[in-house]
Amino acid sequence: MTDRKSSRTVLAVPQTPEESAAKARRYGSWYFAEHTFRVMRMYAVSVAMYSVGTPLAYLFAMGVGLAALIDANGAGRFGGVDYLTFLAPALVASAALMSATGEFMFPIMDGFKWRRTFFGPHASPLRPEQIANGHIIGVGIRILLPTAIYFVIVALFGAAPGVWAWLSIFTATLCALSFGLPLMAWVSTLTRDAGQFAVVQRFIVTPLFLFSGTFFPLDTLPFFLQWIGWISPLWHATEIGRVLSYGYAEPVWLSVLHVAYMGATAVAGWLLSQRIFRRRMGK
Amino acid sequence: MPLDSLSGSTPEYVISASNLTKKYGDFTAVDDISFDVPAGESFGLLGPNGAGKSTTMRMIGGVSQRTSGTLSIMGLDPEQHGPQVRAHLGVVPQQDNLDEELRVRDNLIVYGRYFGLPLSYLRPKADELLEFAQLTDKAGAKVDDLSGGMKRRLTIARSLVNEPRILLLDEPTTGLDPQARHILWDRLFRLKEAGTTLILTTHYMDEAEQLCDRLVVVDKGRIMAEGSPASLIRRYSTREVLELRFGSERNTTVAADLQGIGERTETLPDRVLIYAADGEAAMEQVSLRGLRPITSLIRRSSLEDVFLRLTGRSLID
Ligand SMILES: Nc1ncnc2c1ncn2[C@@H]1O[C@H](COP(=O)(O)OP(=O)(O)OP(=O)(O)O)[C@@H](O)[C@H]1O
Ligand SMILES: [Mg+2]
Repeated sequence: MTDRKSSRTVLAVPQTPEESAAKARRYGSWYFAEHTFRVMRMYAVSVAMYSVGTPLAYLFAMGVGLAALIDANGAGRFGGVDYLTFLAPALVASAALMSATGEFMFPIMDGFKWRRTFFGPHASPLRPEQIANGHIIGVGIRILLPTAIYFVIVALFGAAPGVWAWLSIFTATLCALSFGLPLMAWVSTLTRDAGQFAVVQRFIVTPLFLFSGTFFPLDTLPFFLQWIGWISPLWHATEIGRVLSYGYAEPVWLSVLHVAYMGATAVAGWLLSQRIFRRRMGK
Repeated sequence: MPLDSLSGSTPEYVISASNLTKKYGDFTAVDDISFDVPAGESFGLLGPNGAGKSTTMRMIGGVSQRTSGTLSIMGLDPEQHGPQVRAHLGVVPQQDNLDEELRVRDNLIVYGRYFGLPLSYLRPKADELLEFAQLTDKAGAKVDDLSGGMKRRLTIARSLVNEPRILLLDEPTTGLDPQARHILWDRLFRLKEAGTTLILTTHYMDEAEQLCDRLVVVDKGRIMAEGSPASLIRRYSTREVLELRFGSERNTTVAADLQGIGERTETLPDRVLIYAADGEAAMEQVSLRGLRPITSLIRRSSLEDVFLRLTGRSLID
């Protein structure tokens, strides 16, 4: 370490500790969100490529390949729209859900356990629940942007005909939070990494992806499997996405229920995460 | 002493702990300790692994809840006023917790942002701190790519970003090379001169002797002794120490033959220590008894000896 006698006098800190504390109390969640943005900026290029690449790959494969085949054989099964239009809201929502799965598992484990990154800010004026909030804000935006890109690409493929279709960007992001925040609460309680994350991917996310009315309407499933759809945020997001995208006909109360269900699970996961952060960091 | 109740007045003690206790389940990590630290003092916690030093530091830092007792930092209870208390502090935790995905300079800026400090202050401040930590060349590197000692230096630099009036240093120089340690000591000394209160834990006796005005020796969560390094040495040890090595098998058996020499002997696995006011005289007596140690060394007593006396254990792991 070098020594500079003058260092303390050259740059005087521009605010008192009381002012720091007051600012942190008010904006602390955003300060931590800012941290997560700086981390994401390190990966900006790969995130951007992934955000464009994934939709293109899916839409070409499903839209151009699979859809042509299905439309030739089963036209009319999908509420009067072509298969790609039927499928697109599900793809947008499931992409959001899948990035949420990663973002609400690994960084949380990293923060508490692997590299203990939450304990740095914990020693600052930030409160534990603000660290939780900041992560949620960061990931929320990190999901909203690629979801918007996905939607634009869907629109370019001509698979989002309705005027309100763009609202599905937000319902898809809500879906990501609806699944991600309870997941975050659970991961916040883990003290050991014993392969649970692979289990989540394989035995929760994959079945949700397959059985949430994604590729075919939920009511074509046997009744004893349909419950997966009802509890699946992805089904709710897919259904409301279809309503918004092409005016898929369903009762209004059901549309309200989709949003309410996703909102309620997201809020529950959020509050629970705050509580667990507070408790775990006060030990 | 209950100055913390007089809100608005400047407390005489920046840190005041009484009957501070921390339990983890049935296990008592910090057991009913009390101490006060006046502003500008450099106060040390010295103790073996598991003594409860870090636990105490974490309670002072407002990141760990105590089980009982009272604690006040700048007149505030850290459990009631966490953000205010932490805004006053700079913290170097025992375990580095930098963000390894971020670049070195960004770690400093991000940390300053937690205090709501503006970028116009933080950008030049980060450069200044990098220079202080001799990491200017590494400003754009990812933390992942730094050596252990460099990470330590970055953590120390980070703790200074808000120019804290109280600095908590939990084994700050562990992992630093001797040169970096000496430069850090010098820097801490200057901070102290400028009025910063330093609270530090260490395993290094020379560090404690150099930096601490006053220290407590803790063991098993309790305070065993308290005082300035010099007064502790005076109270618990002799002026000089004669260190003898007879080889690992003989060290224990020779103890009986050494009885009566000096004030006290202490047998360690690798050497025998004879505490005496006059080391030379003690050495002569050893020779007179026909004992031929492989090596012998006379030195002044240090905190190490105080520690050994108080706990029956050597501090060096
Ligand atoms: N979160 C925890 N849960 C349970 N026990 C804990 C926890 N943290 C610390 N302890 C226990 O409390 C005791 C004191 O730990 P602490 O880290 O304060 O020791 P220390 O004096 O800092 O030791 P070292 O010199 O090794 O850093 C130890 O026995 C430790 O096992
Ligand atoms: Mg420790």
